[in-house]
Amino acid sequence: MDLDALGACLTTPACVVTQTTSGLIVGMLLFLVAAGVTLIFGVLKIVNFAHGTFYMLGGYVAYSAFGATESYALAVLAGALAMALFGVAFERALISRVYGSNVLMQLLICYAVVLIFDDIVKIVWGPEFHAMGMPPAFQVMPFFIAGGVVPPFYAVLIGIAALIAIVLGLGLSLTRLGKTVRAAAINPQMVSALGVNTTLLFAVVFAIGGGLAGLAGALAAPVRSLSPGMGFSILIESFIVTVIGGMGSIAGALVSALMIGMVRGFGTIGFPKFTDGLIYIVMIGILVLRPQGLFGRRQ
Amino acid sequence: MKKRPALRDAAISALVLIVVLAIPYLYRNAAFEDFIIRLSAMALFATSLNLLVGNAGMVSFGHGMFYGLGAYAFGLTMQMTDLSLPVAAAFAVLLTAFAALCVGAICVRLSTDYFAFITLAFQMLFFSVIISWQSLTGGDQGLRGGIPRREIFGFELTSQLHRYEFCAVVAVLGLLALRHISASPFGQTLRMIRDNEERASFLGVVLWRARLWAFTIAGAFAGLGGVLAALFVSGAYPELADWPNSGQAIFAVMLGGINSFLGPVLGAAILLALNDVVTRFTEYYGLVLGIIILAFALGLRRGVLDFLKLALPGRTR
Repeated sequence: MDLDALGACLTTPACVVTQTTSGLIVGMLLFLVAAGVTLIFGVLKIVNFAHGTFYMLGGYVAYSAFGATESYALAVLAGALAMALFGVAFERALISRVYGSNVLMQLLICYAVVLIFDDIVKIVWGPEFHAMGMPPAFQVMPFFIAGGVVPPFYAVLIGIAALIAIVLGLGLSLTRLGKTVRAAAINPQMVSALGVNTTLLFAVVFAIGGGLAGLAGALAAPVRSLSPGMGFSILIESFIVTVIGGMGSIAGALVSALMIGMVRGFGTIGFPKFTDGLIYIVMIGILVLRPQGLFGRRQ
Repeated sequence: MKKRPALRDAAISALVLIVVLAIPYLYRNAAFEDFIIRLSAMALFATSLNLLVGNAGMVSFGHGMFYGLGAYAFGLTMQMTDLSLPVAAAFAVLLTAFAALCVGAICVRLSTDYFAFITLAFQMLFFSVIISWQSLTGGDQGLRGGIPRREIFGFELTSQLHRYEFCAVVAVLGLLALRHISASPFGQTLRMIRDNEERASFLGVVLWRARLWAFTIAGAFAGLGGVLAALFVSGAYPELADWPNSGQAIFAVMLGGINSFLGPVLGAAILLALNDVVTRFTEYYGLVLGIIILAFALGLRRGVLDFLKLALPGRTR
């Protein structure tokens, strides 16, 4: 524990800016992954333990696409699209067979997918860490806010994630698809009885969730290294985000992802060895005081 | 015919114990003895988890915490004090039970999904404490320096044979105790809560109290499993309390069958054997295990023993 360092950081604008940006990066990436988890849970009542795998594969696909095309925009697009397709395939081939059955069965299937794809990544890309490197377009001078360094890529990344959050929020509340999705979350049988093709709807939800996780993986590739186990840590964190925010709530996912991001950003200065522990304590506290999460409805 | 289930269970355990203890005198095989030692730890771990999952319907993702705690408490007590082995083991189990009581007091009132998550959170919190409290636990290197192996009742645990016998005896006695608990009125109460908690509540069962008891007992037996694991590796590692370990226990329970008492033991044995066989042929253990899990989850759809029970009707138990 190093409270002096934390105090010193909080009183220096430069340090505050730097830690806030790094916290925002963590938070925004987490939000993209957790939004998919919470959407899938909200509509299908399935806790998708394989969501970290989408994130990992998105990162690797983007890495390969970047190597082939040298265009980062194409790489991000490839990562997101590939994972949207993968999400649909995963839902159709595996998850759709265990709707309504034991929760543990669903968990086992996801666990199996995690194990299989961790090894497939090892076979295809090798067990070592890969670094994609910063795309040339972003290899420019960082700008400074109040003396704190902000790399341009960070700003772009935060901007894209914020844009997605807005599109997702507006899309869910205003568009026809969004309204159908929200209705299906409350009463899927009724939605189906009203003539909506719920089979298609469920696949679309998985496509959106998978696409968001793939996008997050592709966006994270330049700033984080790629490794076969990378899906796992983000999975656990995105669960924490989902639980804190309230299962099924997109707004809750955004708020709690940013909160976790900030705990990470500033926790590394105050409690360098216990940042993870700090996050679990936050989660336990919230679950005890408000089991349904910050934005969740009581069941 | 009047049945005496308690007597029959005791007779079966005695028989199993005699067979297991007799094997080394007829045929020594180090790999087999290692397997039994590891199985005894894993069987206690998985069966105690099934007291929660199968009997009480409480899906805990954080059971590894108590396994790890048992291992660390035992290892540290042996290293830091001069207590004899059974006393240190008893102390470790008591400490684990107390920890389970405290964690359970916070968790058991939550509904299924949230119960799973909060137990996971507690486990991960415990895991990060192990990692960050380096001066006590050795951090991610694990507890090293070995566990002093004092002799007990003329046993020396440095000898593989004695260790094998010790683990087999502890595991069989532990399983017998768990069997008793699950067949007792208390076990019946847990199953009633699982099937219809409102009804149980109307019949005067205090739900949280029964669940808290189940959680504490399950934690204590997982701790006992952890003690055996610590004995086997002669130390304790953070991985014992990590997420994949809990996942493995859940899979052992599912694989063997949650509705059969011996299901988790069979599941643990299959998993361990699979691990031994597959890692000999390929480094991609996860790939093979994943495909097997998929085949099992989509094909069999229930544990092996549960499947056999359905396939061979006539026997009600």
